[in-house]
Amino acid sequence: MAVVDYQAPSSIEEAVTLLAGSDIKAKVMAGGTDLIIQSKSQTSEPLRILDLKHIREMLSYALSDAGLSLGPSMCCAEFTALDDVKAWYPGLIEAAYLIGSTQVQGRASIGGNLCNSSPAADTVPALMASSAKCLIHGPEGARTVAVEDFVTGVGRNCMQPGELLQRILIPKPGVGTRDAYLRFIPRTEMDIAVAGAGVSISLDASGTCTAARVAIGAVAPTALLVADAAAALVGTQLEEAALVAAATAASNAARPITDRRGTADYRRQIVGVLVKRAAVIAKQRAQASL
Amino acid sequence: MPKVHITTSINGDATEFLCEPHDTLLDVLRNDLQMTGTKEGCGSGDCGACSVTVDGRLVVSCLVLGVEAQGREIGTIEGVGNSDKLSVIQEKFLEHAALQCGICTPGLVVSTQALLTLNPDPTEAEARYFLAGNLCRCTGYDKIIRAVLDAAATMRGAA
Repeated sequence: MAVVDYQAPSSIEEAVTLLAGSDIKAKVMAGGTDLIIQSKSQTSEPLRILDLKHIREMLSYALSDAGLSLGPSMCCAEFTALDDVKAWYPGLIEAAYLIGSTQVQGRASIGGNLCNSSPAADTVPALMASSAKCLIHGPEGARTVAVEDFVTGVGRNCMQPGELLQRILIPKPGVGTRDAYLRFIPRTEMDIAVAGAGVSISLDASGTCTAARVAIGAVAPTALLVADAAAALVGTQLEEAALVAAATAASNAARPITDRRGTADYRRQIVGVLVKRAAVIAKQRAQASL
Repeated sequence: MPKVHITTSINGDATEFLCEPHDTLLDVLRNDLQMTGTKEGCGSGDCGACSVTVDGRLVVSCLVLGVEAQGREIGTIEGVGNSDKLSVIQEKFLEHAALQCGICTPGLVVSTQALLTLNPDPTEAEARYFLAGNLCRCTGYDKIIRAVLDAAATMRGAA
């Protein structure tokens, strides 16, 4: 692709109109950390970029009794510094903090991470664990899609031509509900996930798990919500046997490939370990919130 | 393809330039504005050699379009110090011999300044994590981290 035109719409409506009416291929851009690299690829197909960062609501956030309403283009460096968001969704903050370097976080956004739809995207399992929904705006109006239904394949998602991601909506975690995200890479910084796990745990006053969500990343063409792993945790005190059962369910659900970051067998095993450890962290956070 | 006229601020100076829509901010700085202090390493956001600030936020200029500079405030290595008056960070890099070939150095100095603006008293671990996106293939990083922590201590003392 070759960028031949750049537009900076100032409203969602203007962006949707430009996107739907473009005579050449048009793509929306948030931080551009994926798109600008992709635009330098071999093909010379003309590309029009619509920069979303001049639309105020794409960069804003609000916390209320309904939960978090996040402008998908806010950069991760700004997002990870939001202490009020971190108090409710520490796992999502952890995931955003793992994307690239300080410099990349200065540009990259959660909405971009979602729309780029990489199987290894760190924020996607974390969003799934927190029951996030995507508000999509297009020529036909707005619609809402759960994150687990948003990404449909490697680099593919459910958005139709002319649509854009307007908002990420996450319900408020109740007292006793918190999340955690862990990923494995061979070094401590600046790499792409070999496997990742996002877990949300809800506890009652007695410490019994009343609800759970377990999502795994980088072990299938898309991040997966693993209902069997969550079911293994619900009704337990998250003792060792329950954690092992959840880990086994996650490993069984994984459909990894072998590549230079790890073999399929290794990924299947490590994703179970991550689920177990993330569940323990989420449990500790849930207890602290009671 | 018509060039786009951009009005921006670089290191506090009002600046205008013409660029193609596909030019990166790095292309503009080096090729059009002859501000060659900012280096190109990988060109894909992995090495940090082209680090600059946009509205005070640390970014890699190879992943910013030149047209995005419109109305923004850009900070580059040329704004950190000059050969007549080095910044404390630059002096400490020299004092600790925190460079060899020098290609990563402007990016590291810009990133260090961003770090110390956010966090004037970083631990060694905090400094290493913050600067993890600035790759150096010569030094092994220890001297860089010593220079950064010494610069932080000196700047805190001076404040």
